[in-house]
Amino acid sequence: MDRAPSRLAGLLRRGQFVVTAELSAVDSADPGAVFRKVDPLRDHVDAVNCTDNTGAHVHLSSLAAARLLIDRGVEPIMQLATRDRNRLALQADLMGAAALGVRNVLLMSGDDVSAGDHPQARSIYDIDSLQLIEVARGLRDRGEYLSGRKLEAAPSFFIGAVENPFAPPLDFRPLRLGKKVAAGAEFIQTQLVFDVPRFREFMARVRDLGLIQQVFILPSVGVARSARAARFMKDKVPGVSVPEAIVRRLEGVPTGHQSAEGIKIATEIVAELRQIPGVAGVHVIAIKWEEGVMRVIEEARLLPRPSVVGIPA
Amino acid sequence: MTTLLEKAVVSVEKPLKEAMFDCRMCGQCILHSTGLTCPMRCPKNLRNGPCGGVRADGKCEVYPDKPCVWVQAWERSRQLPVYREHMFHVNAPVDWRLQGSSSWINLVTGRDRATPRGWQAAHGPSA
Repeated sequence: MDRAPSRLAGLLRRGQFVVTAELSAVDSADPGAVFRKVDPLRDHVDAVNCTDNTGAHVHLSSLAAARLLIDRGVEPIMQLATRDRNRLALQADLMGAAALGVRNVLLMSGDDVSAGDHPQARSIYDIDSLQLIEVARGLRDRGEYLSGRKLEAAPSFFIGAVENPFAPPLDFRPLRLGKKVAAGAEFIQTQLVFDVPRFREFMARVRDLGLIQQVFILPSVGVARSARAARFMKDKVPGVSVPEAIVRRLEGVPTGHQSAEGIKIATEIVAELRQIPGVAGVHVIAIKWEEGVMRVIEEARLLPRPSVVGIPA
Repeated sequence: MTTLLEKAVVSVEKPLKEAMFDCRMCGQCILHSTGLTCPMRCPKNLRNGPCGGVRADGKCEVYPDKPCVWVQAWERSRQLPVYREHMFHVNAPVDWRLQGSSSWINLVTGRDRATPRGWQAAHGPSA
């Protein structure tokens, strides 16, 4: 069995400030569509997230996308949501992913089906995200399924989880992150950070709890392409907190220059986040706009990345 | 097998807890850990705290007119004199076979604390 460890984990453990991005959702049965979306990012990032029916909209599976990324020499972070699978299917996909060479997994509950394109669907939520983290750890460390049945060969996962520092109850969020660490989370990717002062407060509490010695925290930075996009995120996307000042700043720029201003804002946020103790890297996201992600990474002087992105075939 | 005793207990427990807590009769009650807030009212069946979709006003992602169950659980658990630290425990997966059964009987028999063999409980940091 291929036991190549996570390269992302290796970089983080040696203190490298890492950069991750997200593969835009794919609605094509042609693997070329995945390659076209990931190719521009390959020299700009250390790993790329493969989302799992993001926003509760159906797309090409995160497992398939993750393997296609490996074929392309890009290290994937496979997202897995408890919304669409029960504990059998979740474990089956974790094992399948491991066998296909996936090392980084990001475990979450996922946006509810009511937000997606199949609102009639039955959501599953058999186990929750914290329990899934513990299940993944059981597969890896104890070499057994949740049932207790033994595996022939255990997977070697680098286990990730998510947290939203901006959603109520705010004073429970750092403690909930602590629960995820206790369950086995080794890295955290956060909700989009536009409100840096509030994120700073969150991180201060996370440090007080002694968590930054135990987990790598990667805040997400969103690149807004227009004032309208920022306004939409502020008003319509649950869990995303965009300060009015940022929307105003974009609105104060002519439409044709708003994307450049969005890149500038995101670049400034990256610089501020780097100064916060315990921030181990950044996850840069722009909706279907790889160019925006690349520009932020370039202008935030995060290049060159440590070495060629990729893991041994 | 449902015995006559179980039926009798459920006939008392169900209306009482439904009226008081909007209980969903999961049969493995953790109300004492959650500030007497039933976590099974969460549309995502979360047993370990709120999801990331909670709205800025503390309302549920799925039902914008309802408060997030876990925001209520957090606030109420801070007001309880006991079991406060239970909010930091990692709760085990739900045993769906117990749906509709009496959590009182399951508490006495210990059935509500039986977890799969591969489950290893963990605790988060204290506040």
